[in-house]
Amino acid sequence: MLRYVGNRLLLMIPTLFGVAVLVFFMLRIVPGDVVEVKLRADGGSVSQATIEMERKRLGLDKPLVRQFGDWMVGLATLDFGISMWTERPVIEEIAIRLELSLQVAIMATVIAVLIALPLGTMAALFRDTWIDYVVRIVTIGGLSIPSFWFGMLIMLSLLAFFNWLPPITFTPLYVDPVANLTQLIWPAMAVGYRYCAVVARMIRSSLLEVLNEDYIRTARAKGVFERVVIARHALRNALLPAVTVIGLEFTFLIGGLVVTEQVFNLNGIGMLLVQSVSRNDFTMIQGMVMLIAAFYVLVNLLVDVLYAVFDPRIRYTR
Amino acid sequence: MHFSTSRGIVRAVEGLSLDVKRGEVVAVVGESGSGKSVSALAIMRLLPRHTSRIPHGRILFQGRDLLGLDDEAMREIRGRDISMIFQEPMTSLNPILTIGLQICEPLQIHLAMTAAQARARAVELLQLVGITDPERRLDQYPHQFSGGMRQRVMIAIGLACNPKLIIADEPTTALDVTIQAQILELMKDLSRKLDIALIIITHNLGVVARYADRVVVMYAGQMVEEGDADAVFHRPRHPYSMGLLRSVPRLDRPRGVKLETIEGLPPNAAKPPEGCRFAARCPYRLPVCEQPPPLAATDTGALSRCHRHAEIAAGRIAWAASGGEVQAGTGATSEPILSVRHLTKHFEVRSGLRGVKSVVRAVEDVSFDIHAGETLGLVGESGCGKTTVGRLILRLEDPTSGEIRFRGADLAEASAGEMKAIRRKVQVIFQDPYSSLNPRMTVGQIIAEPLHVYRLVPAGATAADRVAELLQQVGLRGEMAARYPHQLSGGQRQRVGIARALAMEPSFIVCDEPVSALDVSIQGQIINLLEELQRSHGLAYLFIAHDLAVVRHISTRVVVMYFGRVMEVADRDTLYREPLHPYTRLLLDAAPVPDPTIEKGRAPRLIQGELPSHTAPPPGCVFSTRCPLASRECSETVPPLAAKRSGHFAACIKV
Repeated sequence: MLRYVGNRLLLMIPTLFGVAVLVFFMLRIVPGDVVEVKLRADGGSVSQATIEMERKRLGLDKPLVRQFGDWMVGLATLDFGISMWTERPVIEEIAIRLELSLQVAIMATVIAVLIALPLGTMAALFRDTWIDYVVRIVTIGGLSIPSFWFGMLIMLSLLAFFNWLPPITFTPLYVDPVANLTQLIWPAMAVGYRYCAVVARMIRSSLLEVLNEDYIRTARAKGVFERVVIARHALRNALLPAVTVIGLEFTFLIGGLVVTEQVFNLNGIGMLLVQSVSRNDFTMIQGMVMLIAAFYVLVNLLVDVLYAVFDPRIRYTR
Repeated sequence: MHFSTSRGIVRAVEGLSLDVKRGEVVAVVGESGSGKSVSALAIMRLLPRHTSRIPHGRILFQGRDLLGLDDEAMREIRGRDISMIFQEPMTSLNPILTIGLQICEPLQIHLAMTAAQARARAVELLQLVGITDPERRLDQYPHQFSGGMRQRVMIAIGLACNPKLIIADEPTTALDVTIQAQILELMKDLSRKLDIALIIITHNLGVVARYADRVVVMYAGQMVEEGDADAVFHRPRHPYSMGLLRSVPRLDRPRGVKLETIEGLPPNAAKPPEGCRFAARCPYRLPVCEQPPPLAATDTGALSRCHRHAEIAAGRIAWAASGGEVQAGTGATSEPILSVRHLTKHFEVRSGLRGVKSVVRAVEDVSFDIHAGETLGLVGESGCGKTTVGRLILRLEDPTSGEIRFRGADLAEASAGEMKAIRRKVQVIFQDPYSSLNPRMTVGQIIAEPLHVYRLVPAGATAADRVAELLQQVGLRGEMAARYPHQLSGGQRQRVGIARALAMEPSFIVCDEPVSALDVSIQGQIINLLEELQRSHGLAYLFIAHDLAVVRHISTRVVVMYFGRVMEVADRDTLYREPLHPYTRLLLDAAPVPDPTIEKGRAPRLIQGELPSHTAPPPGCVFSTRCPLASRECSETVPPLAAKRSGHFAACIKV
C-alpha cells in the first residue's frame, strides 16, 4: 500500500510537467501580456521603449524556452516566482486566499455529506413514496439552481429577516472562531446545496442498486435486523461510488467558486484566478493552475486509497 | 404448507401444496419461470413487499402460520429455524465484510452469543463444512474463496443456528460437476446427521434422483406432480414429467437415438391458459383438457394434475419416440478439416506499473483433428481452457505457439484476405443467447448482415428470401425476421444464432456451450437441430460443453481437458464405456444420472480438493494434486498423451 502511494506520488511528476507545458505555452499563444495591460489599460500613451524596458525587467524578452526553463527550475525548488502585477511572491498571494477557499470547501463538503447521507438513504429506502419524491425535487433543485443565485437569496433573507449581513473582512478561524464561522457558513451553504444534491442522488441510486444484490437477500435470510442490513451490508457498499463524487466536487470547489465569492465578497482563490487572467499575470496564473492540478491529483489519490480501505477486494500491491 | 403468490397480475405460483418432515429431502424441479424460486422466497417471506401478494394459502411451520406473523417474529425465524442457501455463491456473500463476521452475525443475533463464543462456533462450522485452516479463513473476505468454498461458507451460515429447515435454491447450478458432488454430499450428510428438513430446488434431474426422497414437479406456476422419488422417476403420472425425463440426455442409457423433446414453449405467465397449462405442448390432449384438471391421487401414491393420469397408469398412454435412428458420424476417412497441433496459449498477467509478470497457462500443448461431418466434443470443468481453445481456433486470440490448420492452411500465418475467406467457413455459436444478439437489430437484420458483408446472396434472389430460408432451416417461422431479440425466448434466440452462423455457409462451427443456458426441454430441441443440420449440410462441429451427457449425445469423438491440458481422447463410446484416465473416471462418477435406483445404490466417489492456482500449476501431472492414484513419480514428469489402445489416448502414467 505504501509503495503504491509512493508510486502514485512519483507519477504526479510527469502529470504536473504536462500541465506546466500546456499552461505555459497556451498563455503565451494569446497576444498581449501583463505589461501592456498595466501601462496601457487606462488608455494612456506610453512609448514603446518604456514597454520594452518593463518587459526586460520582468524577463518577458527572453526566449520562450529560456523563460520556461527558468520557471521549471523555480518550480523544482518550490519557488513559484513573483507576481507580474503585484510584484509579491506568487506563493504568498495564494497562501492568504487558500486558507479561506479551503475552509469554505471543507465546510461545504461536511455540510453536504451530513445532509446527503440521510437524504439519499431515505429516498432509496422509501422509493416511490412521498419521501422519495420530496428528496428528488429538492435535489433536482440543487442541480438546477446556480449557487450564486442561491447565495444571493441567503444574503437577502439574512438582511430581510435579521437585518444582518456577514462582515466584509475575513477573520481567520484561529483569531475568532465564531466570527469566522458566522461569515463562512453562508457561502458554504450556498455551494453545499448543489454539492449535497449531487451526492444524495448518487447515494440514492447506488443504494437502490446494492439493495437488489444477492448478499442483501442473504443478510435478510439470516434474520439480521433490517437496520443492520441497511447500515452494515448495504450502505457500506453503496458509499463507494459516492466517495468518487465527493472527491471530484471537492476539487472543483477549490478553484471554481468565482461567482459565489463575488456574491459574498470573499477574497478567495477563484477571485484571484479571474483577476490574474484579466491582468495577464502569467506567473500568477501558472502558479494557480499548478496548485489546482496538484490538488486534483492528490484528491484522486486519496479517493483511490479510501476505496482500498472500504473495499477489501481492492488491494494495491505496488 | 399451502400457499399461492401473485406478483402484480402475474400469477407466479398457484395452488402449490407440499409438506416436509424432519430429516427428509424434498426436491422441487421445473424449468425456469415455473415458480420454484418464488415459492422458496415466499416461505421465507423475502419477496419484495410492495410488488408481491399472497392472496390465499397458508405456510405452516411447526404449527404456526408464517403468513400471519409480524415482521419481527418472521425475522426471528429466518436464519434461526429456517435458513436458505442461494444459487450464486459468487454474489451471495457481502464482498466487503469478512467471512467470520458474516457467519457470526446470525449467532450473535439469534443466540445472543458473545463475540468470542460466536467465533468459536464459526470455527466449528467451517470445520463441519470442510474448510481447512478455519481460524485464518475467518478473517478473509469472500473474494479470497473459490466458488465451491463460498458455497460451503453459505452452508455454514445456513447451519449456524441449527435450523429445522434449510431451503437450497439451485445450490450447485453455478458450480462444476466435481464441486457439485462435494457440496451435495455434504448437505445430504449434514441434514441426515442433524435431522434437518431440506428442500432442494433444482432443474437437474440427476441431482434430484440422487438426493431427494420426494419430488415436486412444477410447470408454469403449478404443481403438476408430487410423489416419492422412485414413483415419479419410474412411473411418472403426468405427461410433463414423462416428457421431461425423456428429454434429458443420459449417461446411463445407450445413445444413438434422437433426443426426445417436448415441442413448443411454456405459456406466458401473465395470461396462462384456462385449462391444463401443459395442454398446448401435450401430445395426448383431449377436449377435456380445456377444463382445469384437479390434483388427483394416482396409483403410485403420488398426486398428478392430469385428467388422464389413470390412462397413463394403465399403460394406455406412452410417450411416442419422436425421432428415428441417428447415423453415427462417418468421418475419419478423409483428410481432417481442422487440425490442431501443440496449441499453447499463455496469458501474461501484469500487476502494477512495472510489475512482475506471472504467466497463466490457459492452454498447454493441445492437439486434435476434426474431420468433415464429425462432432468433436470438448469437455472439462470451468477454467480448464476449453473456451480458450475455441477462441484460438476462431482467431479471436493469437496462440502463443502451436499450429491450427484449416483445410491445410495455417491460420496463424494466414493473411488478412485469406483469413476473411476462412472466417466465412469457420463459424461460431455462443453460449449466451441473451447477450450475443444485438438488441437493436431485428432478427432479419442480424441474419442478413453477413450476407451483405460477404455478398452471399445468390443471383436472382434477395437477402430476405435467404433469411426466410435460413429461418425455416432452424425451425422458425418466416415472420420472426421482423422481431427483435428481446421478443424471443432463449431457445428461439439460440436458433437465430444458429441461422446467423449458417448464413455464411460454413463447413465448420465452433459451438461454445450452445445449450447450457437453456432449459432441459429446449436443450433437446436445439441439440436435435444441430444434428439435423450436420447431416443436411455436412458440417463439422467442435462442441464445447461441461455437461458430460450432452457431449456424449452429440459427439463422435471426445477430448477431455483439465487445467489447460488434454487428459484423454477417444471415440465417444469407448470413452464413456471404458474411460482410462482417472480424471475422466471421476468426472463421470460425479455426474448423477436421473434414476433414483442407480443413484441411491452407488457409493459416493468424490474428487477431493479444488483446481490448483493457474499461476502456479503443480509440477508434473496437473491432476496429481487431486488424483486418487497419484504417487511421487506423478509430480515429477508431465505425462505425455499416449495411445493406450487403438484410437484411445490418455495422458497418465498409471494406466
